[in-house]
Amino acid sequence: MAFVWKRLLGTIPSLLGVIVVTFLLSHALPGDPAAYFAGPAANAASIADVRAKLGLDQPLPLQFLRYVRDLAHGDLGNSLTTGQPVTTDLLQRLPASLELTFYALVFAVVLAIPMGVWAATRPDSLVDHLCRASVSVAAAFPTFFVGLLLVYVFYYLLDVAPEPVGRLNEIIYTAPPTVTGAYTLDALIAGNLPTFRACLAQLVLPAISLGLFALAPIARITRASMLQALGSDFTRTARAGGLPRGKILITYAFRNALLPVSNVLGMVFSFLLGSNVLIEQVYGWQGVGAYAVTAVLASDYAAVQGFVLMMAVLYVLLNLVVDLLGTVIDPRVRFEA
Amino acid sequence: MSRAATLGRNIGHAFGENRLTLVAVAILLVLLVCAAFGSALAPYDPLMTDSTAKMLPPGAQHLFGTDALGRDILSRVVIAARLDLGMAISAVFLSFIVGLGLGATAGYFGGWSDRIIGRLMDTIMAFPLFVLAMGIVAALGNSVLNIILATMIINLPFYCRFARGEVNVRREMGYVEAARMGGNRALPVLVNHIIPNILPAMMVQASLNMGWAILNAAGLSFIGLGVRPPTPEWGIMVSEGASFIISGEWWTFVFPGAALVLAVFCFNLLGDGLRDLLDPRRRL
Repeated sequence: MAFVWKRLLGTIPSLLGVIVVTFLLSHALPGDPAAYFAGPAANAASIADVRAKLGLDQPLPLQFLRYVRDLAHGDLGNSLTTGQPVTTDLLQRLPASLELTFYALVFAVVLAIPMGVWAATRPDSLVDHLCRASVSVAAAFPTFFVGLLLVYVFYYLLDVAPEPVGRLNEIIYTAPPTVTGAYTLDALIAGNLPTFRACLAQLVLPAISLGLFALAPIARITRASMLQALGSDFTRTARAGGLPRGKILITYAFRNALLPVSNVLGMVFSFLLGSNVLIEQVYGWQGVGAYAVTAVLASDYAAVQGFVLMMAVLYVLLNLVVDLLGTVIDPRVRFEA
Repeated sequence: MSRAATLGRNIGHAFGENRLTLVAVAILLVLLVCAAFGSALAPYDPLMTDSTAKMLPPGAQHLFGTDALGRDILSRVVIAARLDLGMAISAVFLSFIVGLGLGATAGYFGGWSDRIIGRLMDTIMAFPLFVLAMGIVAALGNSVLNIILATMIINLPFYCRFARGEVNVRREMGYVEAARMGGNRALPVLVNHIIPNILPAMMVQASLNMGWAILNAAGLSFIGLGVRPPTPEWGIMVSEGASFIISGEWWTFVFPGAALVLAVFCFNLLGDGLRDLLDPRRRL
């Protein structure tokens, strides 16, 4: 428990850093932040008005305190494009992005871990080389390009995937009543199986394109740490003792190989949250990434800032969860920290 | 054996072991030629529109076909090499220099400088990196220069941490101690004695990082940041072609996308090859 508290406290500097950076991104940069916040259609009077309203005429430390106070109230300012509070906009779209990221992660993990284990049990075999080659090829494909290729092949050529119109083709189906915001979950809760299937069908291609890039690091680290665990003394002892192969592989080697795998997840999350933006753009997904792109292009500064902050906080929290999971996987971590 | 001969043997070994590295060098040469002499090589003017030749599929006249405005896609892909590689190389070069400087300072002096620089890098790493790059470009303004700057900032921690670790290990080594005893101040010790020894390993990092920098810059322009149409650039060309997928005009996005894949693949392979060359122990 002491470890958990220590790790929780450890996130505070990260969160503080994130808040300072997002503040600096908008308040301390060359150029006039008031002009940013007022938007492209502003004139001198409305810019002055915005400056006074946002307190931008005050010294920087005071502005920072004000920013933190607003944050504490969950106030990220108003979006110029939607006219709503940024917090409302983001929270409304967040479940869509999280749902997509979750499926992408599941896809990557379910494929990459067996691949890595398989390759490690037969090092330098054809399977191993194939695994390594496919992984390095996958790493060279830009996510957005993979997304477009999949749409072309599976929607246009083969016609097995639904039209990439976002989370649900709303001409045919109606969105399930909102409970969690994740369409697949909500459809299940409502007991509406056809809608559930339709939502899942819309998710398949974007989740695969997003997850494909995460495959490489997970498969690579699984292979490396499995090789190490399989070559260790305790595995040799277990083998000498005549334990069944499956037990050696899973209970002895795999469990010990899991910690490095969970450590690489932090990097994978960084990638997944960032690439979400690109994939949402390709598939017309109505998530926070697409919202942020629209905001960036419209110089809707409060919205961009809110998005960056939310993603960073999410990322810090995900890393926390990964670390705590690490202590469940391998209790030794608690003493090392 | 002379140094040159040893190096030659090592290079020969690295290529012989891994034919893929040779392929990567060949691709790199093609890319560099495109970047240097693109405008002389391109069969058409990349900006010239032709209303009689809209959306032509690949054929004898236009090897890669034409886009919605009748522009020749091959010419645009070739000419874009300079901008795409230029953005990635300048970003990697900048993070290399700045990261080396910061990392060496932190690793050599330790103490406060180490703590401040470390905290700074941790803060950058606390963001999903592509999201931070978006935020930086949005805040600094939508230009190619700022894409380079953003890519440089998000890559900085990798170089900085690497340099810090390498310098820190060498700080107490005999030859560094000797250089200090000889009356050298900190800066000459770092520049003349430590940094030359960590440069090769840093170069490997840089070439492994290049592919990622290309992906990052292209991703930013794909969502409409930095490069403005009609400038030919791979990311923006893919995004322009994306709207024609549903009607099946694949050549509008496949060729620029393939150029991106080729460039990233080439740098990833080169990085691996370079690592094998410089650090034979890590050969697996």
